[in-house]
Amino acid sequence: MTLALDGLTILAVCAGAFFFLAGTVGLLRFPDPLSRLHALTKADNLGLGLIVLGLLFQAGGLLAALKLIGVWLLALLAGASISQLIARTARPGGPPA
Amino acid sequence: MVFDIGLAVLVLGVAVWTTAARDAFAAVVGFVAYGLLLALVWVRIAAPDVALTEAAIGGGVTGVLLLGAGTRLRAIEATAPAGEKPGSGLQLAAGMLCVFVTGGLAAIVLLLPEPAPTLAPLAAAHLAGTGLDNPVTAVLMAYRAIDTLLETVVLALALIGIWSLAPDGVWGGLPGPRHHIDSDGVLTFLVQLLAPVGILVGIHIFWIGSVAPGGEFQGATILAAMWLLAMMAGLVEAPPVSRRWLRLVLVIGPLTFLAIGLAGFGMSGAFLAYPEAYAKLLILTIEVPVTLSIAATLALLVAGPPERAQQR
Amino acid sequence: MAEFMIAAAIFVLAMVALGLARILWGPSDADRIMAAQLLGTGGVATLLLLGEAMSVPAAVDVALILALLAAFVSVAFVKGVASSEADGA
Repeated sequence: MTLALDGLTILAVCAGAFFFLAGTVGLLRFPDPLSRLHALTKADNLGLGLIVLGLLFQAGGLLAALKLIGVWLLALLAGASISQLIARTARPGGPPA
Repeated sequence: MVFDIGLAVLVLGVAVWTTAARDAFAAVVGFVAYGLLLALVWVRIAAPDVALTEAAIGGGVTGVLLLGAGTRLRAIEATAPAGEKPGSGLQLAAGMLCVFVTGGLAAIVLLLPEPAPTLAPLAAAHLAGTGLDNPVTAVLMAYRAIDTLLETVVLALALIGIWSLAPDGVWGGLPGPRHHIDSDGVLTFLVQLLAPVGILVGIHIFWIGSVAPGGEFQGATILAAMWLLAMMAGLVEAPPVSRRWLRLVLVIGPLTFLAIGLAGFGMSGAFLAYPEAYAKLLILTIEVPVTLSIAATLALLVAGPPERAQQR
Repeated sequence: MAEFMIAAAIFVLAMVALGLARILWGPSDADRIMAAQLLGTGGVATLLLLGEAMSVPAAVDVALILALLAAFVSVAFVKGVASSEADGA
């Protein structure tokens, strides 16, 4: 059972790390701020989410697991709202009046 | 090992870049990045209490404070004559001073005898007498409570210093610029969801400080950040600094601390001495007002000097 | 498992380091805020992995504070950029 859990953890964390890679590459290589923003949110949602999922399998107890999920949800909420705000300042025409 | 080296190189790189950055905004972003990375370092050397404080104050609140200062400086810099920039001699002297201080600190750490002198076993041995389970909180609130008392007083003095920067016409007025409510509602949505969660997290971090890493400074910083968020979103108006209830909240922490400290003369024969049976209760009685005071003080420190007159 | 977590933490940290390059180049302020955002999320991920690898349960609390304060700082940055553009700077 522990072996299966460990295997799932490794799988999920690797997938999460891949999305972090994708997000960072996007941040560095995409041509304009708005497309970079799109790449960034992948790291936020999926990268952190998959890593949290992987760590959930190792978590000791319900409270620890809930805290991990809570961290992810917070990052999700903040990331989504901040992206909207950043996009507004990064619009080609500047922020709406 | 690879992790440690990578982290150290990263921290140094960000520090160098922050000092070399050309405009204030870029430097502040670098400074916040530096604070976040330092929190990682503290966790790596198994000092989670310091990591909590670094992430909260070093990474968050100080960054926003510097941002506000940079914004105010920009207005001043536009009118300052160009010849007032510091000369290269002064910059060189500042650099040399930093190098000497860093070299001195590094020498002290590297030349420590093996094993390094420490009071940690002594502190851990007397933990039961304080009623706490977290040795860091025991040091802050019991063994060296006088330092914590003086810190709260210093914070209050800093706030008075910032308030004294207000122009005559708006003395006692509202701190900071007016923030308009976001027309699209994104910021409003974020703060309405985030602030209650943040307040709960702040109270949680404060409460578990007696048994696990945490404590009043970290919890207070989170509460301050949530109040500032609500102010920045335009959902809450900053209170005029002349309000009595505000000033009461600001001083209740240091005053309670001082009162219990003086009561220590009567109870156990020394300033800030707690009788063993009541130690935990007294520490809690100190911690709650101190958390409120520090939260209010930090939030007002970041909000800045009064800029708008209050409406009568 | 601990070695794997550390390796994953190193990887995420390397990603964060690369993202910091965007702070350096970033032609616009929005790029800088985005890089700080990545640093925040990457920092949270690294903290969680590190905490698990070193068996420091308080690392989750540090990650919680980091997530909250990264949101706070990002909002302040966006407001700072917006106000500077309004001033015509």
